[in-house]
Amino acid sequence: MATVQVSEAEKVYILHGIRDDLRVDGRGCEDYRHMEIETDVVSNTDGSAKVTLGDTAVLVGVKADIGKPRPMVPNEGYVEFFVDCSANATPEFEGRGGEELGTELSNTLYKVFNNKHSVDLKSLCISAGEHCWVLYVDVLLLQCDGNLYDAISVAIKAALFNTKIPRVHISADEEGGKEIELSDDPYDCVRLNVKNVPCIVTLCKVGHRHVVDATLQEKACSVASLIISVTRKGTITCTRKVGGGSLDPESIFEMTEAGKRVGKALHAPLMKLLQQEESLGKARQKVGFLG
Amino acid sequence: MGNVVQRQTRGALRFQLFRKMAGLELLSDQGYRLDGRKATELRKFQARMGVFAQADGSAYLEQGNTKALAVVYGPHEVRGARSRIRHDRAVINCQYSMATFSTAERKRRPHGDRKSTEMSLHLKQTFEAAVMTQLYPRSQIDIYVKILQSDGGNYSVCVNAATLAVIDAGIPMRDYVCACTVGFVDETPLADLCYAEEGGGVSSLALALLPRGGQIALLQMDARLHQDHLEALIEAAMTACKGVSKVLDQVVRQHLQEASVPSAE
Repeated sequence: MATVQVSEAEKVYILHGIRDDLRVDGRGCEDYRHMEIETDVVSNTDGSAKVTLGDTAVLVGVKADIGKPRPMVPNEGYVEFFVDCSANATPEFEGRGGEELGTELSNTLYKVFNNKHSVDLKSLCISAGEHCWVLYVDVLLLQCDGNLYDAISVAIKAALFNTKIPRVHISADEEGGKEIELSDDPYDCVRLNVKNVPCIVTLCKVGHRHVVDATLQEKACSVASLIISVTRKGTITCTRKVGGGSLDPESIFEMTEAGKRVGKALHAPLMKLLQQEESLGKARQKVGFLG
Repeated sequence: MGNVVQRQTRGALRFQLFRKMAGLELLSDQGYRLDGRKATELRKFQARMGVFAQADGSAYLEQGNTKALAVVYGPHEVRGARSRIRHDRAVINCQYSMATFSTAERKRRPHGDRKSTEMSLHLKQTFEAAVMTQLYPRSQIDIYVKILQSDGGNYSVCVNAATLAVIDAGIPMRDYVCACTVGFVDETPLADLCYAEEGGGVSSLALALLPRGGQIALLQMDARLHQDHLEALIEAAMTACKGVSKVLDQVVRQHLQEASVPSAE
């Protein structure tokens, strides 16, 4: 990740502030930075979303293609993740520099979504064993200021909400084979149910307390972080500890409880915002990067 | 025979349907192109500078449906290979990449393939001609361009976006670098090609120009064209580039005005 140099005096300042529940930018330990979400930014895709969380900017595009289902689960579609850490974020990501971080992020995303409740994979099936929808979720990291997981998961949820998959008609042709017809009407589409898509909450342990949505500076002062993906009901789908330090079990329990609380509280306003944006329909002014 | 399985991806299907339509006319008898423009008309231009706070300079540019994001870091110390240090000028390092969802058919590798490397070299060549590198010896300027949506004229949009980003970074240049892709159809040069026109068998030429002196920074064409038409095509490209330079100038002045308003109070 983009590294930031923090001096000892700054570290002490940040630590003492967090101990008193006051971070450098005035937030409390469990507050998020200013978040901006916009969907349907890239018209070439079936669904897209752009999320800006403080100085972190993430763009997600979802493309749906017809493919062959996996042999173990013939009546389900599947989701493929790809995270591109572009050089825009920091010169260190030039060439193959961003590949390591990108692979780590996409592996975690696979783990988070690797359960039958997050995305309804059965609805992606067209004909069992032969055809299914494959959702290619491409994440593009544009600017990096800490807390990538949270921003990416919110963007994925928004992009999946925005995804419009064309309706498919299967007809039998003369020789007994199956012919697939995609509906030509751009408005004749199927939407995904994203109610159970989890959101990831990253908690960094700084001193004796934990903070949500850490900036790069706060991350430099922390020993370890815990990544928890929480659904709207409060179910945890994946937990992971990252970072070079060690955590004792009580902190992990505490952080898990806090993560559940914060994650659960994130879903309702997010869905409300997405539905509000959707209801504006054509009247909505598309801003993208121009605003 | 037997199972008629749609092996092609939907991207390819979409494009085939489009080509059936495009096979009609790239330039109609009344002088209108596929998207309703006239032969010398440029696409709709929308740009914004200073999109990202962390980078030294950044710009976002939309030309029609092609969207590009350019980010500049520098001038800073040369990273990596010490052998790249030049004692009398700055080294310009460019990287061109496309988002995986930018094309109709999903791209598996954002960069590293031959086309992206070639584009990066072209961008480097273009900006070495314009940026005043002698002012920053022993340092490096990074220009990273990302295409978010590709609808033709990728190189030109990249150059225009990168110009704005370099200006936003405060790096001195000899002049604006304006680029345009032009094509030749039915004895008429078409300015600012879109994807359907580029793929429709049109001889396309990409030109990067420094408008004030009329100097060409980069000229690239890899199609067949009769040499009698070449001069007319280059003329058309230069006129289109001068049009682009006016728009870029407007964008820069507006950005400066917006940026200076708070300090005036």
